[in-house]
Parts: sequence; C-alpha cells; structure tokens
Amino acid sequence: MKTMTTARLKSPWVLHFDCGSCNGCDIEILAALTPKFDAERFGIVNIGDPKQADVLLLTGPSNKRNQRVLKNLYNQIPEPKVVIAIGECACSGAIFHNCPNTNGGVDKIIPVDVYVPGCAARPEQIIDGVVLALQKLAEKSEQEEKTQ
Amino acid sequence: MAELISINTLVSVLLVIFAPIIGGLLMGIDRKLTARMQSRMGPPVLQPFYDVIKLWGKQPFIASSLQPVLAFGYFGFSLAAFALLAFGQDMLLLIFTVAVADLCLIVAAFNSKSPYSNIGGKRELLSMMSYEPIMILAAVSIFYNLWAKTGYPSFMIQRVMDLSTPLLLSLPLTFLAMIPVLIIDMKKSPFDVSASDHAHQELVRGVYTEFSGYTLALVELGHWTKIALMLGFVSLFWATNFIIGAMLAFALFFIVLVIDNSYPRLEWKSMIKTTWIVGFFLILANIVGLIARAVLGI
Repeated sequence: MKTMTTARLKSPWVLHFDCGSCNGCDIEILAALTPKFDAERFGIVNIGDPKQADVLLLTGPSNKRNQRVLKNLYNQIPEPKVVIAIGECACSGAIFHNCPNTNGGVDKIIPVDVYVPGCAARPEQIIDGVVLALQKLAEKSEQEEKTQ
Repeated sequence: MAELISINTLVSVLLVIFAPIIGGLLMGIDRKLTARMQSRMGPPVLQPFYDVIKLWGKQPFIASSLQPVLAFGYFGFSLAAFALLAFGQDMLLLIFTVAVADLCLIVAAFNSKSPYSNIGGKRELLSMMSYEPIMILAAVSIFYNLWAKTGYPSFMIQRVMDLSTPLLLSLPLTFLAMIPVLIIDMKKSPFDVSASDHAHQELVRGVYTEFSGYTLALVELGHWTKIALMLGFVSLFWATNFIIGAMLAFALFFIVLVIDNSYPRLEWKSMIKTTWIVGFFLILANIVGLIARAVLGI
C-alpha cells in the first residue's frame, strides 16, 4: 500500500478558491503555477473541479456571502484532502479583524491544515506551504491505510 | 503451422492486456514532449500512472448509480475494440465498438444535472459526429484498395496485415485524413471542445466533470486504450513491417502534439467543417485516384 501514498504525493491536483481576497495572494498563487516555475513537474495540475481535486488553496478572510460556497467546495472534495490558507487574511482575518461582514479567517468555517502567512504571501512561501501540506497528506494517507 | 497460429494468438492476447499500459506511457510521453515544446521540465513519464493510482484510492463520490457502470462500459468497450484490432477482425465492427464506448461516456455525462457535464456531453457527441464518418470512409478506401490489390474486397484487418505492399503507398491521402481524427480522439487543440487536459477551464472539465475517484480512473484507462487503438489503426498503414508501422504511428502522434501546441481551440462548427470537408475530399480524391490508376492501367 506504499504505492498509494507515493502516487498521492506525486499527483496533488489543486483547486484554488478566492473567498474575498484583495487578489494579491491570488496573483502570487497563479505566479507559482505559471510555466516559469513549472509546477507540473511535481504532478501539480490546476484543476477547476472540486470532485477531482486533492489540495484546496484558499485566499481571503471569507465572509457571510461566500461561506456557503466555501463549505460546499470543501464537502465536494473527496478524502484524503488538505486545505491550505494562503495569506494573512485567510489565516486570521488580518486587517479585517472584527469586521462585521467577514468571518476572520477560513478556519472559522472549515478545518485548515497549513497556514501560509504574509501580505501577500510570496511564491517561495506558498511552495513551502504546499510541501508541508504534502507531508500532512502522507500522514493522512498512512493513517487511512492503518485503519483499513 | 498450428504452432505459428498459437504464437500469433498469444501476441494478440498480450497486446490486449498491455493496451492500457501502452496508452498510459504514450500519455506520459505526450505530457513530457508538450512540456519540452513549452520549454518546461515536465512531469515524469510515469505521471499518468501516479494520477490513476491516486484516483483509485480516493473516496468514491458517485453522481448516479448508473455512472460506475458506464465508466466500466467505456473502458470495457474500448478494450473490446482494441481486441478486434489485435485479432485482425472487421474494421466496421471496430468503428462501431468505439462508438458504443463513446456513447457510454456521453450517457454518463448526461446522467447528472451539472450544466458543464451536459455541454461537455453535447460537444463529445459533436466530436463523435465529426470523426466517425471519416473513420468509416477510411475503412471504405481500405476496402477498395484490398479489392484492387487482391481482387477480394474485405473489411477484415487480417487481410490488410497480409498485404505484400504497405497501405500508405496507395492511400497517402487517407493517412493524412487520419490526423484530424487523431486530434479529436486525443482531445487536443484545436479540436478539444468537449474536454481537455490543459487548463482551458471554460467548461471546468467538460464530459469528465461529474467523474471522480475510481470512475475517473476508469475513464482515464478507457481514454488510454482508445489512444492505443487509434495509433494501432494508423500503424496498419505500414502493416508489412511492425517496427515501421509503430514509427509511422508515433510520427503521427508527434504531428498531433505539434499542432496541439501551435493552435488555440476552435469552436465546434469549425471542427465539423474542417473534419468533414478535409476528410471527405482527401479520402474521395484518394479513391478516385486509385480508380483512375486502375482504369488507365498505370
């Protein structure tokens, strides 16, 4: 069953959702996905379909309008999955702290595995975050194999 | 002689078993070559296998109870079509078996309310509509060529394999008409209207949208088998020598990749116009040329 964990680590398909970000972090994510950095050499594919994704990249603090969509997307991703909150807003709400219309961080709505701080998070940090998330994915995968 | 036949059968059986693996390797080579054409490193050649193994281990999300059956059907009928090719059976039967495989995919796409999947299904139907007549015409031109060469008209692939001169020399235009067919079948630009492996996300994932986990893995396996089948069909154009046939198929595969990387996606109307007009005229010109050659006695 070690093959399964290897395969999972070698093909993380990424879904990117902007829940109210200023687009600074989104631009950095897209920069990390461009051919210049060539994320495909690690098997990373930017997929638009939650049903086929493994990694959920989130930016922005999430607000009352889009928390339903966020929950829906999270529930549509099959296990095992990891969630990465990218940017200060997604981690804690940052400058939107105590704003009545925002939730102050995506972890108020769904469980988050990895936090990548920064305003905006730099591509190097994002790549570091994805590497951390893959370690978590391996842990989850091994746990799942033990329970079976 | 009896031993020889059994060895041939064994080779055919092995080919059928390894067809999805050959297709998967071709997909890996495709991703690597595409990356190199875009001056990237690209994923490892085994990447498609990692993807499928991963998908197999995902939590199953089934959109409807019919969906897994149809996913199995897509893979099964593609494999059956490949078996028809490997055992040298009827060409028309092969084309119709591929059509049934495709229909499984289309019905599965229509089997959910997702608008992306529905539009993807419609477009898959249109792409089927554009390449099936060309495939049948290609079979007809091979049929006529067999008639002219051996005096015995036949749709059997075994007869093509038994020919002493390669098909390509008498049917070069039919061979060219196979290029758009292959582009549509591999879901490559400019005709990747129904779904594509690239990040063209206007339809999310087109016909594949509602598949996930092991059903998507089955659909991927079916797609690989279909690519292996189409390239196997193309290699019939030099059936006298297996290695030259394989090289010919790979050359066509490479041409498709070059076209994929140099053209943007066209809309479905252009797809039907291009494949029908170009395909019909190329193959008809080829048949008329053969008849003229026979009449004039050149």
